[in-house]
Amino acid sequence: MSKRFLYVNRKAPYGTIYALESLEVVLIGAAFEQDVSLAFLDDGVFQLTRGQQTDELGVKNFSPTYKALGDYDVNKIYVERESLEARGLTLDDLLPLTYEDEDDDWAEKDSIKLVSAAELAEIMEAQDVVLSF
Amino acid sequence: MALEVNGKSVAVDEEGYLENRDDWDMDIAKAIAKEEGLDMSDSHWEVVNFLREYYDEYQIAPAVRVLTKSIGKKLGKDKGNSKYLYELFPYGPAKQACKIAGLPKPTGCV
Repeated sequence: MSKRFLYVNRKAPYGTIYALESLEVVLIGAAFEQDVSLAFLDDGVFQLTRGQQTDELGVKNFSPTYKALGDYDVNKIYVERESLEARGLTLDDLLPLTYEDEDDDWAEKDSIKLVSAAELAEIMEAQDVVLSF
Repeated sequence: MALEVNGKSVAVDEEGYLENRDDWDMDIAKAIAKEEGLDMSDSHWEVVNFLREYYDEYQIAPAVRVLTKSIGKKLGKDKGNSKYLYELFPYGPAKQACKIAGLPKPTGCV
């Protein structure tokens, strides 16, 4: 039986390896056909921002890879509203992440769902496994 | 390690993947394919070019399941299945085709 996995991302995309490691674990883990969700809160919301430029940092800009999550059937992506607002960001500042709904009408649908801290707590409560990065 | 192509030497890792993706050209692809015992047909090129485009867009080499699905979407159901892809690349479409495409080993491949 498949388990419910939630990957919690709290850190800025660059400066530490957490964001990239989390993304790689998600992509590798996707092969095991579990019920996977991702949460982005605190500085983790910056991982999903559009227009990242990393030339000056001398590291690879891996943000385009988030757009492949839909191909990997990872389409439950929760972004905490309070974290986004505290950083002066809105949904329009984030990458448009979509997936094709194979169980329903094959339409392109949004993967990102804005949730409150209280809603996110409930989502965490409902998981079998929570992995924090 | 290095691979010699037309008098040019390009760096590869111990498994034969290009160290630098920008070194890639069609002659290098053919040379890697030859090492793999493959003769590049139009069908091979179709998959290799698809992988390069996928990498340009998403910055990753897709897992084989994702590759199969995406190829099916783009090139048709008759090509988006493991039988077709394994006939072209017997040692694994993701692994072998990525090597020929000059991409890193797919994430999650060991």
